[in-house]
Parts: sequence; C-alpha cells; structure tokens
Amino acid sequence: MGVASTALPRGQTVPLALRWRRLGRRLGFLCGLAVLLSPALFVFLWMLSLSLKPDVENTAFPPVFIPTSPTLDNFREVFATSPFALYGRNSFVVATAATLLSLLVGVPAGYGIAKAKAHGLAFVVLVSRMTPGLSYLIPWFMLFRALGLHNTLWALIITHLVIGLPITIWVMMGFFEDLHPELEEAALVDGGGIWAAFRDVALPLARPGMVVAAILAFIFSWNNFVFAVVLAGPDTRTLPVAVFNVLTFEQLAWGKLAAAALVVTLPVLLLTVLVQRQIVAGMTTGGMKG
Amino acid sequence: MGMTLTSAARHPGRPARRAVASYRRRDKYIRFALPALLVVAAVIVFPWLYTLYMSVQEWQVGSDRVFVGLDNYANLLRDARFHAAVGRTLVYTVLAVTLPVVLGTVAAVFFHRDFPWRGFFRGIFVLPMMATPVAIALVWTMMFHPQLGVLNYLLSLVGLPPSLWVYAPDTVIPALVLVETWQWTPLVMLIVLGGLAAMPTEPLESAVVDGASPWRVLRDITLPLTLPFIMVAVVLRAIDALKAFDTIFAITQGGPGTASETINIYLYLQAFSFFRIGHASAVVVVFFLLIVALAVGLLLVRQRTKWA
Repeated sequence: MGVASTALPRGQTVPLALRWRRLGRRLGFLCGLAVLLSPALFVFLWMLSLSLKPDVENTAFPPVFIPTSPTLDNFREVFATSPFALYGRNSFVVATAATLLSLLVGVPAGYGIAKAKAHGLAFVVLVSRMTPGLSYLIPWFMLFRALGLHNTLWALIITHLVIGLPITIWVMMGFFEDLHPELEEAALVDGGGIWAAFRDVALPLARPGMVVAAILAFIFSWNNFVFAVVLAGPDTRTLPVAVFNVLTFEQLAWGKLAAAALVVTLPVLLLTVLVQRQIVAGMTTGGMKG
Repeated sequence: MGMTLTSAARHPGRPARRAVASYRRRDKYIRFALPALLVVAAVIVFPWLYTLYMSVQEWQVGSDRVFVGLDNYANLLRDARFHAAVGRTLVYTVLAVTLPVVLGTVAAVFFHRDFPWRGFFRGIFVLPMMATPVAIALVWTMMFHPQLGVLNYLLSLVGLPPSLWVYAPDTVIPALVLVETWQWTPLVMLIVLGGLAAMPTEPLESAVVDGASPWRVLRDITLPLTLPFIMVAVVLRAIDALKAFDTIFAITQGGPGTASETINIYLYLQAFSFFRIGHASAVVVVFFLLIVALAVGLLLVRQRTKWA
C-alpha cells in the first residue's frame, strides 16, 4: 500500500521529477530493508566468520571480517576435544521425543478445549506460559533423584513437555476453533462417535496446524538451556549445555567457540528459513492468543 | 471424507436440535483433554504444590528439614540482595519491553507492504528469535570484548568512544538489553504484523482518497487500530523479560559482582549453587506473584483505556 498508491494522487508532476522521486523511494526502501536486516545478518555472519578463521585472525585488531584462508579446523577441534556428536544426538532425541509426545497429548487436548469451549483449561496453559522455567526445577530435581531418573534422557524428555505441550495446545486450539462444525456433524450423523469425528474429519483437516505446532515445539525444545543445565549429567548433556561449557573453559579460543555455537544453532536457522511461512503463522496465532 | 460430505448434504441437521446435541456433547469433549491434564498435573501442578510446601521449610541440602512457617518470606523481605535483584529486574524489563516494542512496530509497518522476496526477508528478520539463545549469547560475549571485540571497533568507525559493555557494572544492564532487543524484536514484529493484516481496510482507503499524508495515516488510523495487538506484544514481552535467563546467565552469570543479578539469576544461585531449597522456593512464589501482578496490571490498563 505504501510505495505505489501514495504516488498516484498528484497527477501534475513532470514525468522526470516523478521518475526521480520513484527512484528516491526505491533507494529509501532498500536502505530501510538494509537497516532492518543488518543486525541479524551481522551477528550470524560474524559467527560464521569467526568459526572459519584461525585464532590469530580472530583476535586481531582491527578485526578481519572476511577470512583470508578459510579453514574448518575449528569445527574439527570441537568434535575432537569433546563428545559433541553424542550431545547432538541427545539434543535430537530429546527434542524429537518431546515434540512427538506433545503432539500425541496436545492435539486431542486442543480439540477438546476448543470444542467444549473450556477456557478455564486454556487459562491453565496460559499460567504455564507465565511461570519461569527455573521455578519447576527444584521439585523436578528432587523428584528425578527420588525416582532414579536423574542423568537419563527421560528426565529431559518429560520436562521438555512443559515447552512443547502449551505451544501445541495453543496452536491446535486456534486451528480447531476455525474448523467448520458442519463437517464433523456429518461424521456424527453417519453414526461414528465423537472420536471418529475427531480422527476422520478434524485431524486430517488440522494437519497444517500440527506441522506448525511440531516445528515450534521442536525448535524451542532444541534451544532450551535451563532444564538441561540443571538436570543433565555428563552423558545426557544437550548441545546448549555443551556450548555453555565450551564458553566457561575456553575463554579466548574464539574460533572454536564460534564453531560450537554454529553447530548448535545452524539446524534451527536452516529450518527457520525453510519453513518461515509456518513459523510466522504459528507465532502470530500463539502471540495473539497468548 | 468424501462420503461424510455427501451425507451432510442429505441430512442437514436442524439448528435447534444441533445446539442441544452439542451442549450434551460438551462434557464428552473434555475427555480429549484428559491425557494433557494428567501431564499438566504431574509436570506443572506437582512442582507448584511442592514449592509451596518447601517454601515454609528451612532446608539446605545435606541438613535436616524444619518447619519455619513464613520465615523464608520474612527473610526475603529483609534481604538487600533480593531487593537489588528486584529493582534490576524491573529496570531490565522496562527497557527490554520498550525497545523491542517500538522497533518491532516500525518493522511490522515496513513488512506489511508487498515487495518481492518479502517472505524470504521476513524469514531472515525472524532468525534471531529462533536461534539458540546460548549460542547467540556466546557470540555476543565475543563481540562485547573491550579490547578485541568487534563492537568497539564499529564504535570507533563512527567516532564513538569504546564501551566496557558487559564488563562494567554501569553498562552491563543496557548491554544485556541490547542482546534481548536484538533477539525479541522479531516476535513483536510478527504480532503487530498479524494485527495489521487483520485491520479493516475501509478507514484506510477513505483516508488515502481524502489525500492524507502517509505519516497521518500511520498516526491516526494504523496505530490506533493495531493498538490492541501492540498491547498484547507489551504483555508477552513483559512476561518474557521478567523471566529472562539464558542470555544473562551465559554472558555474565549475574556479574560483574552482582551488577546483572536479576531475580531469575538470584533464584538459580540460591537453589543450585547454595542449595538453600526452602529460601529458593519462597523466591519462586514471590517471583511468580510479581509476574502475575504485572500481567494483570497491564491487562487492566488495557481495559481502562479501551485499547482492546
């Protein structure tokens, strides 16, 4: 609406001046775009640059922005000096399992809450959104110790439900509320119960919503730091905890630090660019209703 | 599915009967939420009850547990370090709400119009929000380095004096807010963008026909109509800023000294460094009440001013 339509009302301008003005607006637009995107791009490109340079270049002043002789040594070192592959596997197992469990439990819940218009239950979900993750940790810490589950991936998977489940219920509630009730009524008239209506009608239609919920649950579970930093043992660390340990032990090995950071966050960044449409949809509904 | 659709055409249910049926079915639908309720009870409600119980016990890991009533709360009210943490958290929150909301709204107005590759650029813009916070914190730690960091180099390029960033008590909070702003401006942008997309088009069109300037359209029509969404962004941002932990903990762990020790960092140290479980549980309760009070307060403001 901005660029094209505001130029129209003033018809008497000379064509040349108009052309200049259009060019000016175009330049202004490109400048605006550059200003908006440069903070994000700068940090990520700087991370990439650090990870590809030897530390002599990384700690040079003035800084070297484009690596003179790019090397993958930093990445090799990350994997050679710590069990990063194991941590990566842990992160993947925890995020995947927590996402699947969240969908299994959260999709029907979203349907039930939307259909029964049980806004009290929705409020419970909201409270869980407001509670700092850290405040669950004292009881969990004690509980998992008592159950002998500490230092297992199960402890992490269960706790990551706190991240995935509210997202899933929120997103699915939105999708099921928008669903036309006539479609399910038809299944009910056909003699199936409400379970059949859910399974055969609502569920297939809500597949896009499930994709959105799964993506968001996976990313936020992958990114979670605070649960694992308290609950994980040496063998069950996830990548964010591993990267934090690299930070504490290797104060000036910048290349290695950046390489570790990139390994952790690159999967999420690629996923975000690939499915940005779904993420935008999910975050918008989640935000609006949260 | 094809079959059910055709049968829907054959038996169009009468509205009244359908309403009664759906009323009776309401209770049945709750069953769908039962597994989730069990999980919520185990993973969310149990910790709450346990925390309330622990908050009236004096218990340090390794010693005996004693019932002390409200002593933990009384001690907390007298604890100067906790007071300082509360004050710091509020300053941090005000800054970490204001900046992302202003910048995010500007970005939303920008991304609302159509241009080539809009989705792709928007995808890049939201990257900070989706990136792993600890990894990002690590990169910022390196950028903040007073001698070798790239930020001071950039400052020198535009003729500004270097800063100590997170390494000095009086700049650490603004520096951490900078990271938070970088990270969460996209969320505000997405929420306000949703509001802009849902905006009715008639007032806008008539204003353009009347020859209103783009600035006046923005100020008198677009912003008032999207205010409810901006307010939602403010509430969400306030909750998240109060709870901020990952980047602060990874970058400063509350330092230098206690200059960036927010409530959440204080809580972490009390619980998992000093293992004062009873005391930390009282912190959790007070902290949660603070978050609820702030959220309710903001919602009341929103209702009073009829922003929604």
